[in-house]
Amino acid sequence: MENPETMSDLRSHEALIDRLGTDLVPVRRLLPPWLRTVGWMLVVAAIAAVLLMHYGAEPMLRRWAGTPDLGWAGMGAVITAVTAAWAAFALGVPGRRAAWAWLPLPGALLWIGASGLGCLRTWIAPGTQVASMHQSADCLIFIISFSIPLSALLIVLLRRACPLRPMLTAVLIGLASAAASASLLEICHSFDAAATDLLTHALAVAVVVAVNAAMGGRLLSKA
Amino acid sequence: MSQPLTATGFMGLDSGLSQGMSLVWTMPVASATASISETPDQRRAAWMAAAQAGDRRAYEKLLADSVALIRAAARRQGVAHDHLDDVVQETLITVHRVRHTYDPARSYDAWITAIANRRAIDALRSRGRRDSRELHDEFALDSHPDVDDASAATESGQRAQRLREAIAELPPGQREAVEQLGLRERSLSEAAELTGRNTGALKVNLHRALKALRERFHGES
Repeated sequence: MENPETMSDLRSHEALIDRLGTDLVPVRRLLPPWLRTVGWMLVVAAIAAVLLMHYGAEPMLRRWAGTPDLGWAGMGAVITAVTAAWAAFALGVPGRRAAWAWLPLPGALLWIGASGLGCLRTWIAPGTQVASMHQSADCLIFIISFSIPLSALLIVLLRRACPLRPMLTAVLIGLASAAASASLLEICHSFDAAATDLLTHALAVAVVVAVNAAMGGRLLSKA
Repeated sequence: MSQPLTATGFMGLDSGLSQGMSLVWTMPVASATASISETPDQRRAAWMAAAQAGDRRAYEKLLADSVALIRAAARRQGVAHDHLDDVVQETLITVHRVRHTYDPARSYDAWITAIANRRAIDALRSRGRRDSRELHDEFALDSHPDVDDASAATESGQRAQRLREAIAELPPGQREAVEQLGLRERSLSEAAELTGRNTGALKVNLHRALKALRERFHGES
């Protein structure tokens, strides 16, 4: 077993350890994932506050009172954003289980389920205002343009961590930022969830998640 | 033999807590530094906590202690015996870079095993790519055997021996560059981290070394 090569490898380990020891400087420990999630959500909350000041909470609350499932969908989107960001930060710490990736599932089911119900209701009770393709394109642009800075912020925060599963983490980043943008859209959205609207949402979320997955491998693979 | 068991025990604890998602982060740090009847994992966790604060002695003890853990993880992933030490080095470098991500309230063994697993998979992948390229060479060798195998083997052995001697006679900086970049096939940044030199110096050294070797062998033939 102790052939010369192993001995020289042992020596090279010692040399490396010695070199790393020389390099050692005190480091600031990474904050726990839930605190980092809170930090990111504060940014989302600040954007929400600005939008609320501009549009006021009344139209949103009126819409929710009229169609409760929209309120549920909005709540699902917020839960998805929080849990997906939390899962992404947890996966940025080596040794945490990959099962964290399932954390956003219940929120996402509520979000998608309630939006789907809203869509069904349009067929059951026609007469509600249905978004035209033009207005849907606005939703698409809104979600994507808000997702880009929110994703970028998450990527910057996660590059300081060590995401050993870059692809999975990138998908979670995409999901978190798309859900956060969709939640923000609730504030200034003047329409009911209709089939076109839902499709646009789904498309926007898919675009954000896919772009993150495609780029995440490279953006996060530093670790 | 108790190390893998300890690691699984802690990972089980981790999963239990994260499923309940409660109080994971309120576990007292003091539990990792307790000195009476502490497990090896707890001892390493305490060393890492000290290393994060800049304690070099604790850090070096910890890294030396981690080599066996890394080798065990790499072996479980299916890394061949003679590549284990490459995975050890890669993992140690990663550990150094991401040491701030370790939370002393959690298992050190689970933390380093996750990093070692990742580096082992990376090693297996790059090995796989290299092997698939080399398949063609094997085919070429089979279909075009040397006319005089025995003497060719001796000659190439002698040539390799001369090359080894020539490399050994290079100045230390140049020899290091050839060994790290040429023979061990490390990337510039990895070699820079290993040798503590900057990439520019490594490139210059490699260039000079190759020039010296070329001149020497052209002179001989």
